[in-house]
Amino acid sequence: EKSNSSFFTKLSKAVAGKSKVDDEVLDDLEEILVSSDVGVNTTLKIIERIEARVARDKYLGTDELNVILREEIAGLLSETNTGEDTEFVVPTSSKPYVLMVVGVNGVGKTTTIGKLAHQFKKQGKKVVLGAADTFRAAAIDQLQVWADRVDVPLVKQQMGSDPASVAFDTLSSAMNQDADVVIIDTAGRLHNKVNLMNELSKVKRVMQKVVPDAPHDVLLVLDGSTGQNAFEQAKQFTKATEVTSLAVTKLDGTAKGGVVIGISDQFQIPVKYIGVGEGIEHLQVFNKYEFVDSFFK
Amino acid sequence: MFDNLSEKLDKALHVLKGHGQITEINVAETLKEIRRALLDADVNFKIAKEFTNRVKEKAIGENVLTTLQPGQLMVKIVKDELTELMGGDVTGINLNGNPTVILMSGLQGSGKTTFSGKLANYLKTKKNKKPLLVACDVYRPAAIDQLHVVGVQVGVDVYSDRGNNDPVSIAKSAIAHAKTNGHNVVIVDTAGRLAVDEQMMKEIANVHKAIQPHETLFVVDAMTGQDAVNTAKAFNDILNFDGVILTKLDGDTRGGAAISIKSVVNKPIKFIGTGEKMEAIDVFYPSRMADRILGMGDVVSLVERA
Ligand SMILES: Nc1nc2c(ncn2[C@@H]2O[C@H](COP(=O)(O)OP(=O)(O)OP(=O)(O)O)[C@@H](O)[C@H]2O)c(=O)[nH]1
Ligand SMILES: Nc1nc2c(ncn2[C@@H]2O[C@H](COP(=O)(O)OP(=O)(O)OP(=O)(O)O)[C@@H](O)[C@H]2O)c(=O)[nH]1
Ligand SMILES: [Mg+2]
Ligand SMILES: [Mg+2]
Repeated sequence: EKSNSSFFTKLSKAVAGKSKVDDEVLDDLEEILVSSDVGVNTTLKIIERIEARVARDKYLGTDELNVILREEIAGLLSETNTGEDTEFVVPTSSKPYVLMVVGVNGVGKTTTIGKLAHQFKKQGKKVVLGAADTFRAAAIDQLQVWADRVDVPLVKQQMGSDPASVAFDTLSSAMNQDADVVIIDTAGRLHNKVNLMNELSKVKRVMQKVVPDAPHDVLLVLDGSTGQNAFEQAKQFTKATEVTSLAVTKLDGTAKGGVVIGISDQFQIPVKYIGVGEGIEHLQVFNKYEFVDSFFK
Repeated sequence: MFDNLSEKLDKALHVLKGHGQITEINVAETLKEIRRALLDADVNFKIAKEFTNRVKEKAIGENVLTTLQPGQLMVKIVKDELTELMGGDVTGINLNGNPTVILMSGLQGSGKTTFSGKLANYLKTKKNKKPLLVACDVYRPAAIDQLHVVGVQVGVDVYSDRGNNDPVSIAKSAIAHAKTNGHNVVIVDTAGRLAVDEQMMKEIANVHKAIQPHETLFVVDAMTGQDAVNTAKAFNDILNFDGVILTKLDGDTRGGAAISIKSVVNKPIKFIGTGEKMEAIDVFYPSRMADRILGMGDVVSLVERA
């Protein structure tokens, strides 16, 4: 894939004409990892591990570097149990299974919801959407277009109404319809805005009046081209809403998706989905083996 | 996150304290910390490297002022160098056309539609213009509705043609419409697109060619990471844009992408977005941005402490 092949291409270039991993190769590797938005901390961690191996094995050939890097990256991803699934699954542990989608502005929340609804519906699940972004211009219309495309019901109110009340209505309606899964869209908000973050907590609380253990999944959407701020986003949204899974979008761009590695290393939250385009089918279940493979192919 | 740099510099400068002069050896640690801080702020890897090399050259040898502590000197060099990099005069929008045509471009979700509304509002209230907003995003669900809502919010007319899938013809008709209806500014909102999407890049190139905008603006999310340089370069190669708009600076990102973009395309950053509301727009001040990226408030206090 074009987005990830450049990592491998760069790596090949860095080791071209070299027989062993020396300081220059390590410097190049650092550049490649940082330039893929892996983040300085995780990059240094990877470099240190490789340095340690060079020190231990005395000699490390450049052809072994690939293998080792692969192991290290897969290792970082394993630590969070990320990417074990291969298919879209709706847990049957709760009915309805309630999913709340959160994130900063413009990352792809609404689009991801449309794509997810499509996948769940394909599996014969009864899906209900809730338009709890009542703030952004035409956010409700946007989700309505997706609901129509996927052909699932949408619960909505007027622009400007209370998001918690929309969420309440959505869950009540889902109960009445005996739905399998509910997905709640929320307005984009920057994680440093205390009032807006508190609003999310309120939406959660109000949902629990209808379904006591809702939401069962809080999905934080991150834009794959975001830099180091992604870490702060993960941290602050987790604090406010106990994020349980991540989706990383826009990986069809030139961003190499290195942020997935960094985030998996720094947070104990599994990456569940990746967005690879604007179309209805452009959502994939994140699979770490495929991801690592694509990084090195 | 915000304390990162001052902490790091504090630590690094500690190494320099007590030495009379900056040398290749004692400056190494400081430079490493500065580079690391720039990377944490999302400054592009290569640009951060070039930057620290320049700082090093200035720091070593003849440039040492004996009246200053080496620590103070380093801080000053870094600050000056960065300000220069971000610098240039504050550049406004060229409003000489009749009507003045402004084209928006950028990645998905960067803030084009919102900024179109903000700019219309700004030109209407501050520059006494009569803008027309034009909906040329024919792809995103409800993009046209979004622009209409924004138009109502700021009290500016919106031109759209829902049956038409061709942005070129929509934009052309809109300009004709503007002429007959006395609009002196036309702001063309376009769909978000990836730099690697050849077909979509060609589309905006065609729009650009057809309407010959007086101002082409590249809208970029301040939280963008390392790839900002490639994206900016790709858009600039195709559109030779006139300026950059940096959005979502109300967050806590340091916004190092600003330096990267400025370095790679050498176009002025004209405005910043500081919120979702239509009033949340500000002209760009290079010095303030430099301060932000380096956490200069903290660094200045460092100098005072030194
Ligand atoms: N290329 C690409 N574009 C995407 C992807 N996911 C979303 N987008 C686009 O990103 C833009 C923003 O998507 P939205 O779904 O509106 O994002 P949001 O997080 O709901 O935005 P707000 O509600 O305004 O905070 C739209 O133009 C989408 O089509 C993806 O995986 N790839
Ligand atoms: N906090 C904050 N949010 C902003 C700012 N500018 C835009 N936004 C938000 O970012 C999201 C995306 O903005 P849009 O204007 O829809 O972005 P766009 O570039 O038109 O998106 P596409 O048309 O999908 O490519 C929305 O939620 C906006 O409210 C800003 O300066 N600060
Ligand atoms: Mg949305
Ligand atoms: Mg738009």
